[in-house]
Amino acid sequence: MQSISHVAGRAIPFGRKNVDTDVIIPAHWLKTITREGLGRGAFEAIRKEPGNIFDDPEFTGAPILIAGDNFGCGSSREHAAWALLDLGVTCVIAPSFSDIFSGNAFKNGILTVVLPQEAVDRLLEVARTETIDIDLETQTVTTPFQDRFTFEIDPFRKHCLLNGLDEVGLTLAQDTVISGYEARAGRELPFLTGAVTAATA
Amino acid sequence: MKSGTRAPNRTIIMTSKPRTLYQKIWDAHVVDTRDDGTSLIYIDRHLVHEVTSPQAFEALRVSGRKVRRPDLTLAVPDHNLPTTARVDADGAMLPIKDVESAQQLAALQKNAPEFGIRYIDAIDAEQGIVHVVGPEQGFSLPGATIVCGDSHTACHGGLGALAFGIGTSEVEHALATQTLLLKQSKSMEVRVEGRLGAGVTAKDVILHVIGVIGTAGGTGYVIEYRGNVFEEMSVEGRLTVCNMSIEGGARAGLVAPDDKTFAYVKGRPYAPRGAEWDQAVAWWKSLATDAGATFDKSVVIRAEDIEPTVTWGTSPEDTAPIGGTVPGPEDFADPSKADAVKVSLDYMGLTPGTLLADVEVQNVFIGSCTNSRIEDIRAAAAVLKGRHKADNVKWAIVVPGSGLVKQQAEAEGLDRIIVEAGLEWREPGCSACLAMNPDKVPAGERCASTSNRNFTGRQGPGARTHLMSPAMAAAAAVTGRLTDVRELMG
Repeated sequence: MQSISHVAGRAIPFGRKNVDTDVIIPAHWLKTITREGLGRGAFEAIRKEPGNIFDDPEFTGAPILIAGDNFGCGSSREHAAWALLDLGVTCVIAPSFSDIFSGNAFKNGILTVVLPQEAVDRLLEVARTETIDIDLETQTVTTPFQDRFTFEIDPFRKHCLLNGLDEVGLTLAQDTVISGYEARAGRELPFLTGAVTAATA
Repeated sequence: MKSGTRAPNRTIIMTSKPRTLYQKIWDAHVVDTRDDGTSLIYIDRHLVHEVTSPQAFEALRVSGRKVRRPDLTLAVPDHNLPTTARVDADGAMLPIKDVESAQQLAALQKNAPEFGIRYIDAIDAEQGIVHVVGPEQGFSLPGATIVCGDSHTACHGGLGALAFGIGTSEVEHALATQTLLLKQSKSMEVRVEGRLGAGVTAKDVILHVIGVIGTAGGTGYVIEYRGNVFEEMSVEGRLTVCNMSIEGGARAGLVAPDDKTFAYVKGRPYAPRGAEWDQAVAWWKSLATDAGATFDKSVVIRAEDIEPTVTWGTSPEDTAPIGGTVPGPEDFADPSKADAVKVSLDYMGLTPGTLLADVEVQNVFIGSCTNSRIEDIRAAAAVLKGRHKADNVKWAIVVPGSGLVKQQAEAEGLDRIIVEAGLEWREPGCSACLAMNPDKVPAGERCASTSNRNFTGRQGPGARTHLMSPAMAAAAAVTGRLTDVRELMG
């Protein structure tokens, strides 16, 4: 996983509320067996609207997306995170995110920044013309107009993002702890943890 | 990473202060707890389908990693499969025309044996929608932690399991380690008490609940559905309710397992047997939320307030009783919701004030992981019996949730009732719930659908979805418009 400590550049002032994952990447784009190339399908329906923000050359390749409340609601498709990455987006700012989406974003090295609605509104305004700067180490979002907003982030997620750590590798290193659980649960809850076999007819 | 040392030494079956059902299942699955409040949670059952797994297997292959517990993993294709005839006269599988769909199926067919995972193939009698297959096979169990790369995994909570959808990176994590790193959710109680009226089903209950709490109402929570309505509901009804927890923002929803649950699970192919069965039931009985346990949030709904319910917009929270009218933007105080309603009504081609019962439909879809079990097929057939679909309904399909549901329905003669009513009886799969296979709703047309999402484009670009129960969808097929099923009940 790519490490991330600082994101700076133009931010797509999207701002829409309740953007579901079908909007981020429609289902017909899920028929892929790789993670690449999904940017072409990102926000497909919105990009059919004339003058839409995603096709504005001003924001081509912008690393930041500013969205409204409940961003990423709906399905668990990780393709939503892959599509954003393929667009070049590595940070999304919104007043709130769906649980599954923020987890998927984190696992792909996308920083999700939760800020109050007033702060998001201000950034939406600034982003029209200026760049935005996000620093993960200090947990701050700043603008050329001296705006400064701080955000909260789970310390473990911060640590992993800053160091580009792979969660699977970290957990595999805990093999003895997992084996310990399996041995204990195998005695106490064998019907759950024991080997699953089919009844013979 | 910091590891605590408390959890590994702790005995799993604990007695302490009053706990909720969710808390008890969580506690029994903690492998390790870190200082920041995240826990490594053991996963008892992992269901895999063809859409969200290829990249996870690819990652395992690249890093030379294995599947830790292939025996706790079950793979079955569902999303991409066409629901038209699947085999030729000799019983050989017909090729899937769509190249990408065929490629995803082929990837699963290759990955499952390569990693030693139990696999149900597209033409096996047991094949079906992953959330129908899990409970049906006795693979999904009460008290278990169950995951799948699909947000409707919450469905299995109907058995009293802690079940939730995960992304592909988590699929990889669960395959490689049989655990997930999670932060405990807050707890929410949705209590429905009273008597449900005639024609009001599990689907109406959950649509009504989502209408009340909103699509973000459950974000950060695990919902426990409580009250006499859920106690009296069939296990299949509970699966329907829990299935749509994610539409209310909650990653998981569950109903306490009871004697009905145990009777449902007993004797299924992968269910515990012999002494293990007795041990399992004893533990399952201990899982119900203790008297005095508290929830972080509580929502109480009177059963009498729930009517046969349909959606009118492009969000599952856009619900209304069938006797109602299409609302307008001015009916919503929140200006951003009012704007969303305007966009939504435009997409849906609806005018505020229109009677919902006057809205014509051209398509009917009865199926999906929400409503494709035998009770759903029976409910639809009960309405269709001796009737015929309206002429303006161009396309109406009934898609059983699994090959075994199909067999059962055929043994009961339900397929004949359906076909005689002018509807098509299909092969099992996700079908028109999401536009990933040939079953799509044409642009600009409406569909009375028993699925779970009415999002823009969900059933095909430009498709207009109205969510409802199987009985209500069958009624819509008969009259050609959204219809109060009670008008057709004897």
